[in-house]
Amino acid sequence: MLWSDLERLGRFWDPWNEFERMQRSLSRWVSPSSAEFPAVNVWVSGDAAVVTTETPGVDPKSIDISVVGKTLTIRGSRNPEDHREGDSYHRRERWSGQFTKTVEMPFSIETNKVEAKFSRGVLHINAPRAEAEKPKKIAVKSD
Amino acid sequence: MADTVKEIQKKETETPGKGELTRARKIYSPAVDIIERKDDIVVIADMPGVDDTSVDITLEKNVLTIYGKVEADIPEKHTLYLSEYGIGDYQRVFTLTDEVDREKIQATVKNGVVKILLPKAEVVKTRKISVKAEA
Repeated sequence: MLWSDLERLGRFWDPWNEFERMQRSLSRWVSPSSAEFPAVNVWVSGDAAVVTTETPGVDPKSIDISVVGKTLTIRGSRNPEDHREGDSYHRRERWSGQFTKTVEMPFSIETNKVEAKFSRGVLHINAPRAEAEKPKKIAVKSD
Repeated sequence: MADTVKEIQKKETETPGKGELTRARKIYSPAVDIIERKDDIVVIADMPGVDDTSVDITLEKNVLTIYGKVEADIPEKHTLYLSEYGIGDYQRVFTLTDEVDREKIQATVKNGVVKILLPKAEVVKTRKISVKAEA
C-alpha cells in the first residue's frame, strides 16, 4: 500500500494500530502455549533443544513425556498433602492435580534420543533434532 | 488441565527485605501451604531449583524467613527460544503467632519442595481453658 493511499483512507485508519494487530496475531504463533501450566523455557541450538519446566513435588515416575514430530507433551500430577481431621489450613496456595503441557518445537525431534532428568523439582528434557532435518554443511570447493 | 486453576506466573516478592542485593537477580515469592496440626505447624513451600545446601531457614523472635538460592542452569551454546518463567531466588517471611519450640524445628527438602515442621511449645499445647457456668 502506498502512503498516498493512506491519506485517502483518512485519519480513522491508523497504520500503527494495524501493525500492532498483526504483531499480536503473529505472536500467538510464536508462543502457542503461553497460557498453560506449567510454564516452560525452551533453549535451542543448531542440533538440539532443551526444555525446562518447574514442577516441584511431582513424583518423577508420574511424569510422562511424549514426542510426535515437532510437538512435545509433558503430563504429570501432584497429590495434595495428606489431611487429617483437626488440621486446619492457614494458607493454601500450592497447586495439586494433573497437568498437561504441549510445546511446539522449532524443528522435528529425534524421538528415540529424547532424554529427561528431574532434579530439585526442575524437569530437564534434552530433545535432539531429527537427523533428517539437521542442517547440512556444504563444502565449497575451490578451483 | 485440572479443574483447579493453577498459578502460572511466578510471583516476585514485594518486599526484598534486607535492602538491596549486591547481585542483580530476581527474588520470587514461593507458593506455600501452612497447615496447623494438633502438635505442630507445617510450612510447605514450592521452591524448584533449591536443594538442602541452598536453602536457608531462620527464626528470629517470631519471624520465620525462608530463603532459597537458585543457580540458573542455562544450557551452553543454546539460545532462548521460548521463555515462560524467570529464574531467581526465593524468599518468604512469616510472623508466627503461636509459640514454637525452637529447639525442635525440622526442615526437609525433596524435589524442590521445602517442608518445615514447627512443633508447638508445651505451654501452647495445653491452653484449653475450661469454662464454668456461674451460679
